[in-house]
Amino acid sequence: MPKLVLDQVSIRYDGQPRPAVERVSLSIANGEFVVLVGRSGCGKTSLLNVAAGFLSPADGKAAVDGEPIVRPGADRAVVFQNDALFPWLTARENVAFALRLRGVAPAQRSRRADDLLSLVKLQGSGDKRVWELSGGMRQRVGLARALAAEPKFLLLDEPLGALDALTRERMQTTLLDIWAASRAGVLMVTHGIEEALVLATRIVVLAPHPGHVVGVFEPTFGRRYLAGEPIRNIKADPAFAAARGDLTDAIFQGEPA
Amino acid sequence: MTMSSYSERPVAKAERPDPVAVPWPPVRRRSGTVSARTISAVTLLALLLAWTLAARLQLVSPVFLPSPLAVWGKFLSVAQQGFVDATLFQHLVASLGRVFAALAAAVLVGVPVGWAIGATTIGRGIFDPLLEFLRPIPPLAYLPLIVIWFGIGEPSKVLVIAIAMLAPIALSTAAGVRGVSRERINAARSLGATRVQVVRHVVLPSALPSTLTGLRIALGAGWTTLVAAELVAATRGLGFMIQSAAQFLVTDVVVMGILVIAAVAFALEFVIRRIERALVPWAGRD
Repeated sequence: MPKLVLDQVSIRYDGQPRPAVERVSLSIANGEFVVLVGRSGCGKTSLLNVAAGFLSPADGKAAVDGEPIVRPGADRAVVFQNDALFPWLTARENVAFALRLRGVAPAQRSRRADDLLSLVKLQGSGDKRVWELSGGMRQRVGLARALAAEPKFLLLDEPLGALDALTRERMQTTLLDIWAASRAGVLMVTHGIEEALVLATRIVVLAPHPGHVVGVFEPTFGRRYLAGEPIRNIKADPAFAAARGDLTDAIFQGEPA
Repeated sequence: MTMSSYSERPVAKAERPDPVAVPWPPVRRRSGTVSARTISAVTLLALLLAWTLAARLQLVSPVFLPSPLAVWGKFLSVAQQGFVDATLFQHLVASLGRVFAALAAAVLVGVPVGWAIGATTIGRGIFDPLLEFLRPIPPLAYLPLIVIWFGIGEPSKVLVIAIAMLAPIALSTAAGVRGVSRERINAARSLGATRVQVVRHVVLPSALPSTLTGLRIALGAGWTTLVAAELVAATRGLGFMIQSAAQFLVTDVVVMGILVIAAVAFALEFVIRRIERALVPWAGRD
């Protein structure tokens, strides 16, 4: 089973006296949905960048199936907060990008891209230009583009952070559906407490100065949604409110209320 | 809510304006307002009228200011019979030929130089100061040197124009290459792109709009340099036509030549903007 492991990872930025992250260990197995939460400066995006291969750790090891991570690769496709789509391509061509890099024939990659656009509920929008899409639609194209690479792991860097509150709600369930369909391992960074609870199979709480792990939660709300329970029911469950309280406490512990 | 129900029943508002519900006075263009386009047209017409009056009333001698009608007549006669051994069209073709030859040369040199500046430290170190040195020099200043070095033939004229075009093309391209979004490059790499693929699929299309903008600016700069380039030993060209006419005080040809140069510049700008819209519709849409 594919496994992405960060082992005792420390991250330093040039010119900064203290490390941004100190000795954090994480592991994401296939089929897991791991969410990193924490206050600003806790290094959650830095950790994701290490997993992506954009950043090398000052100390510790990052590996996929025992292979050290030394550069970005299609086995760890990234979705960014500001979609980072290519405006010179249509929505379909954006989704097909990874396939084009691999030399897949045009007809075949178009068909695959259309399938993925349907998966993210954007069927019929393949010919649209990036600037004709709303923020939520762009983010879904970004997801489809990452899925086209058939990654073992999806790395989501605040993928819903730039969306309005209502679009965000809807995108949470879309994310769960996509994750269930792909069975990839997911590592996601977010500021949203509810979002973390709805999506994660494991929440890793980080605290800043320097970034370190202060708590781990294993919620089951996402599984309940995938088992068929309506998301509004789940969010109205007193257990959900209790979990939100616990997670909030863990994030803000040591800080005056 | 108040807003929508309010607009559904405009009569009620007129009858009984509620001081709380009534919003700001509607911001609407008064019917008497004129657009900038109309003002421009009126300005041009007024200038033309003033010009006609000044010429008709002989306020200024025709040697200094020929009437618009005389200029139009000259346009027709030069178009048909020609001036200094060539028709207007032949002059135009000669000038356009030089400018486009220069453009081709400037693109061949400027685009690679721009990429070198934008993508590599060594390139920036070498070319940046050279371009910054070259950029502010007026073409008339280096024209004599070019004639000393390369003689008075056609290559010198093309070279003068090409030098004026080089900096805009190279610097715009460099800005485009340097301005590529880090996130887009990272996105491509995380989808499996190699270094070469990143350049081909991300940096190139990102930089293309800037290069085209540089081309448009360069074409304007080159066209401006035309008269200078045709100062020395030309036998054809719009700039040459104007200079010869000036030597014989044929002012109507001078004025006509200026207007033709302006019109061609306008047309070139229009065409390039069209090409930009067709080729890089994503420009400025981030």
